Amino acid sequence: MLNRRLWSILRPLLSSMRDLLPIVLVVGFFQLVVLQQPIPNFGQILMGVVLVVFGLTFFIKGLEMGLFPIGESMAYAFASKGSIFWLLLFAFSLGFGTTVAEPALIAVAKEAAVVAAESGMIENSPVAKASYASGLRYTVALSVGFAILLGVFRIIKGWPIHYLIIGGYIGVVVMTMFAPVEIIGIAYDSGGVTTSTITVPLVTALGVGLASSIRGRNPMVDGFGLIAFASLTPMIFVMAYGMVIS
Amino acid sequence: MNDLLNLVVDTAIGTVRDVLPIAAIIIGFQLLVIRKPIPNLKNLLVGFFYVLLGLALFLIGLEEALFPIGKLMAQQLTDPAFILGSEIGRMVRWDDYGWIYLFGFAIGFATTIAEPSLLAVAIKAEEVSGGGISINGLRTAVALGVAVGIALGTFRIVSGTPLHYYIITGYVVVIIQTFRAPKMIIALAYDSGGVTTSTVTVPLVTALGLGLASTVPGRSTMLDGFGLIAFASLFPIISVMGYAQLAQWRAERERARRADE
Repeated sequence: MLNRRLWSILRPLLSSMRDLLPIVLVVGFFQLVVLQQPIPNFGQILMGVVLVVFGLTFFIKGLEMGLFPIGESMAYAFASKGSIFWLLLFAFSLGFGTTVAEPALIAVAKEAAVVAAESGMIENSPVAKASYASGLRYTVALSVGFAILLGVFRIIKGWPIHYLIIGGYIGVVVMTMFAPVEIIGIAYDSGGVTTSTITVPLVTALGVGLASSIRGRNPMVDGFGLIAFASLTPMIFVMAYGMVIS
Repeated sequence: MNDLLNLVVDTAIGTVRDVLPIAAIIIGFQLLVIRKPIPNLKNLLVGFFYVLLGLALFLIGLEEALFPIGKLMAQQLTDPAFILGSEIGRMVRWDDYGWIYLFGFAIGFATTIAEPSLLAVAIKAEEVSGGGISINGLRTAVALGVAVGIALGTFRIVSGTPLHYYIITGYVVVIIQTFRAPKMIIALAYDSGGVTTSTVTVPLVTALGLGLASTVPGRSTMLDGFGLIAFASLFPIISVMGYAQLAQWRAERERARRADE
């Protein structure tokens, strides 16, 4: 009995350790073999690794107790309520609300403002830069809100995902030809920074929950894909923003 | 010690701020629109607390241990003194950067395996597919995609070829694969492009990109430093669909062999 309890605590810890092992090996190999330097602050690094292992373990436990169930239960509740309007509003708020305050996005927007000012796209003053950065931030947040909304609507309607995604790709390619060069790298990267570690599980659970509670939808075919929309639309919106500004 | 305390407080505040809008939206809709009690509320709150605690510990640990050394390594590996060794002073060529490509590949793979949001999606995918897609199979496929993406992305920065050629070619491959891959994998493959690039991968990869763009002659950090993340989000789509295609092809071959016997 005691043995089994101990094991139930140890096993998730071990699996987190295994997840972290590749990083430790890569860093160790390059530091010791390629760069041929000692590992600085060994004690501090060891402590950091222990924290990461515990952090990952708690995160996964919390995922299964908190984030997955709430995403699913809200999906069921909306599906049984049958109000598409509220569901879409919820989808939009979730996308917009989780993105607008995202620290990674704030950092990227600030960086992008510096690039734009140096290339003469906007005036090189703090006011112009701040307004450019916040404009960019709201553009990305709007685009993610729109993405989750569209993605949820797709699940309800059962549209095949690839037409929408391929349409989006064509949009990205066409926009790339017309958007100012300075914005392209940032636009492409902004697709990646929008989906935070808390949003992803929640949105995934929502999509899968919806697809399993609507008749005729398959959770595997229809349930995934919300994240894909959220990484695609920011590229288009940010390039559009660049075109409008310049 | 003071630094550590600051870091802990900052991270805790940051994580809470991350969760706050989500909590507000959920509670708002739950009270005003759904108007039903939340099932298992106590479990849920404990779960949310674990998520917060876990994420905060995770970030503090990364900040303490892996980011400093990873960023330092990115700098050292891109340093011309390391790349040229005794031949310092001559022009660099793209093939001087072998260790960089290998580092890009290895760190892309390793950070993706540790990425919590990918793990979340993989857990869901295994559950939904009834085990047809395994957690580790999906993660390995995604990690290989990121690895190839980052290695190619560093090559692009070194060689100075335009970003959009690669991205557009990648899109064409994705579109062709979409029409050939098993239908059930498509949405998941598209999703895996977005989840690879978060907490662990972005800071290290950005440091690598900026380090390269600032040391390779003729590159600008502004124009060439970005774009690695885009590679890391595109290639997993290809590798995940490829993984499913491979599995399908093997199953078909097996079936054909059985039919022959």
